[in-house]
Amino acid sequence: MGRAWAIIERELRRFRRSPVLIVISLVFPIVQLVVLGYAFGGNVKHLKVAIVDQDHGVPAVKVRELASALASGARTIDTIDYGDPGRAMEDLRDGRVNGVLTIPPEFSRRVLERNQPRVALIEDNTDTFVSATLAGTLAGMIASYNEPAHAPRIPGQATLDVVEVYPYVPYVQYLLPGTVVMSVFMMVMIGGGIIFIDDKARGLHEGYLVTPITKFELIAGFNVSGTVKAVMAGVVLMTIGSVIAGIPNAFNLVRLFRLFVVVVITSFALISLMFLLMVRVSDPLLPRAVFGVLNTLLYFPSGAVYPQQGFPAWMQVIAVVDPFTYSVHALKCLLLKNTGFGAISYDLAFLTIFGVVAMTAATMLFKRTL
Amino acid sequence: MNAIDVREIVKKFGEFTAVKEISFAVEEGEIFGLLGPNGAGKSTLIRMLTTLLPPTGGTALVNGFDITRQADGVRRSIGVIPQAMTSDLELSVEENLIIFAKLYGVPRVKRERLIDELLQAVELTQWRAAQVKHLSGGMRRRVEIARGLVHEPKIFFLDEPTTGLDPVSRVAVWEMLRTIKHQRELTILLTTHYMDEADKLCDRIAIVDHGELKALDSPRKLKASIPGLNTLEVSFHNAPENWAATLEALPSVEGVTVQDHVYRIATFNGPATTTAILETAAHAGVPVLSLSVQSTTLDDVFVHYTGRALRDELQEASAKDSPFMLRRG
Repeated sequence: MGRAWAIIERELRRFRRSPVLIVISLVFPIVQLVVLGYAFGGNVKHLKVAIVDQDHGVPAVKVRELASALASGARTIDTIDYGDPGRAMEDLRDGRVNGVLTIPPEFSRRVLERNQPRVALIEDNTDTFVSATLAGTLAGMIASYNEPAHAPRIPGQATLDVVEVYPYVPYVQYLLPGTVVMSVFMMVMIGGGIIFIDDKARGLHEGYLVTPITKFELIAGFNVSGTVKAVMAGVVLMTIGSVIAGIPNAFNLVRLFRLFVVVVITSFALISLMFLLMVRVSDPLLPRAVFGVLNTLLYFPSGAVYPQQGFPAWMQVIAVVDPFTYSVHALKCLLLKNTGFGAISYDLAFLTIFGVVAMTAATMLFKRTL
Repeated sequence: MNAIDVREIVKKFGEFTAVKEISFAVEEGEIFGLLGPNGAGKSTLIRMLTTLLPPTGGTALVNGFDITRQADGVRRSIGVIPQAMTSDLELSVEENLIIFAKLYGVPRVKRERLIDELLQAVELTQWRAAQVKHLSGGMRRRVEIARGLVHEPKIFFLDEPTTGLDPVSRVAVWEMLRTIKHQRELTILLTTHYMDEADKLCDRIAIVDHGELKALDSPRKLKASIPGLNTLEVSFHNAPENWAATLEALPSVEGVTVQDHVYRIATFNGPATTTAILETAAHAGVPVLSLSVQSTTLDDVFVHYTGRALRDELQEASAKDSPFMLRRG
C-alpha cells in the first residue's frame, strides 16, 4: 500500500496549496444555510386582513376586538377596516390585502339566537404558506371567541396536551444536517471528481499508469485522499454551521466524535459513488455538467429541506437509494436529538455497504491502460 | 540481449490501423529515434511499449519482459516522459520527484541520494523547493526528465521531449540526455518530428510514416543510402513544361523533384551540376531566380522513403504542437 500512500500524499500536498478549493466548497452551503434557514424558518407576520363589518352589533365588535388583539400582540395580522365589500375584494385580487374577513349583517342576531352564526374569510390562496397561516390564525381567533365566559370547574370536554420532547427546533437547525452533507458532496465533486478528470485529460494519469502501481492502490489512494478532503470540508461546515444555527451544547465532545464518524462514513460513501460515476469518463466538461443535476437529485429527496413523507412515490424510491438520506437522518439524530450510535446504526451500515460496493465496482471498471 | 525487441506489432483503433506490423530492435546503450510526422503512429508505438496501450497483434520485449504478459516487469524497467507536461504544477520540483520515487518503491536513503544526483544532472538543484508552476517550459521538461529517472530505470522512453521548447532549451535538453545516458548506461528511445533532433541526438533512426517502418539505420548511413551527395534547390522564371526532364539529363544528376516551383536536384557532383544548370538555363533563355547547394539532409531521406517532405506535414500539424495537448495519435 506504499504506492497508495504516495498518491494520498500528492493529493493532500496539492490540496494544501489550493486553499481556495475548500473555500469554494464551503461558501455555497453556508450561504444556503443562512438564506434558506432564515427565509423559511421565521413565523409569518403582518398579513394584511381587510375587516368588512356589515353587522356592527356587540358580537361583531367582539370579533373585531379579537382581531385587533392579534394585530397588536403576535402581529401575525394587520387589520384594515373596509366599509365597502366590493373595494375589499378588489384589493384582495390586486394583492393589497391577503384576506378579507367578512362579518355578515345577520351575525349578531344569529349569535343571540344561537343559530349557527358565521364569519367568512376570503383569502388569496396562491401562496399556500400565507393562506394556511391566515386560516390557522383566524380559526384560533374564532375558537377563542367561542370559549364560554365562565369555564366549568371540571371540564367535560376531552383536550389534547402536546408535550415536546426536544427544545424548539428553528428551521435553520433543521436545515443544518443537509447543509453539512452538501458541503461534503461539493468537496467530493470539486476536489475529487473534477480534479480527477482534469488530471486525466492533462495526461497526469499516464505518469501513474507507467509505474508498477496496481488498480486497487490507485483507486484506494484517490479514495482516501478524497475522503480526507471531504471530511475536512464537512467538519469545518459543521462547526461554523452549528454556531450560525445556534445548536445547543454544540461542542459536546461525545457528540462531536459521533458527528465525526458520520461525516467520515458519508465522505467515504460519496467519494466512492463519485469514482464509480467518473471511472470511465475522460471529458473534463462532463463532471461539471452533471454536478448540478446530481446535487439536486441527491440533496432534495434526502429530506434535508422537507419531510420525505410529503414526497410522491417516485421520489420516495429515489430517497431510499440516495446516500444523502441516511447521512441527513444520522446527522439530524445527532444534532437535533443528541442520540447515540444505536439510533443511527442502520444509516451507518447502509452508508458503509454503499461505499464498499461502489468502490469495488469502480476498481473493477477502472482501466489500467489508456 | 537487445534492450527492446519489437516483433510485428500491430495496433488498430476500430477499422483504422495506427501501427502496421512494425519490427525492430534497440541495442543496449543506444539512443534510438522514431522519426515521423504527427499521426505517423510514433506515440501509439511508444504507448504500447510502455504498457499504456495493449497491442492488437504481435508483441515486444522490453528489458526481456513481454509487454502484455509481464507488464509489471516492463514498468519496473522503464522511465517514461509522456508527450504532455505532466508534472504537478502545485508541487515543488523535489516533491514531484519524491512522489514518483515512492510510486516506484525506492527506499528513503537511496531516494534522497538519487534526487540530489538527478537535480544536479538536470541543473535544477537551486530550484528544488520552487513550485513547478513558477518554472519555464524548458525547466519543467528537465523536471520530467529527472522524474523519469528517479528509480534508476534501464530504458528511458521520451515522447517528443522537446516539442514546444525554444531552440536554446532544446539544445540544453539534448546535451543533458547525452550526459545522463553516458553516466547511467541508459538505453533511450525517443520519438520526434524534428529532423535536427533525430540527426544530432540519435545513434539510429527509424522513419515511421502511416504506421509503417520505412527505413532504419544511423543518420549517416541513411543519408548515404539515398542517391546524390548534394541537393540543389533552384527556382526559375517561367520554366518550360519539360524542364525537369531537361535537368534530369544533366551530368551527375540522380533525380529531380518539383515542389512549389522549386526544383530539388540530387547530384553526385554539386559544383559540376551547378555549372551545367546555369549554362543550360542561359542557353534556353530561362532566368534563374535562386540557387542553393545543400548536403543531403534527413529531410531528403524522408522525402526519398516516404515520397513527401516532413516539414510539409509539420506545417499542417503545427497547431497541435503544444505540450499541453490532451491526446495525440
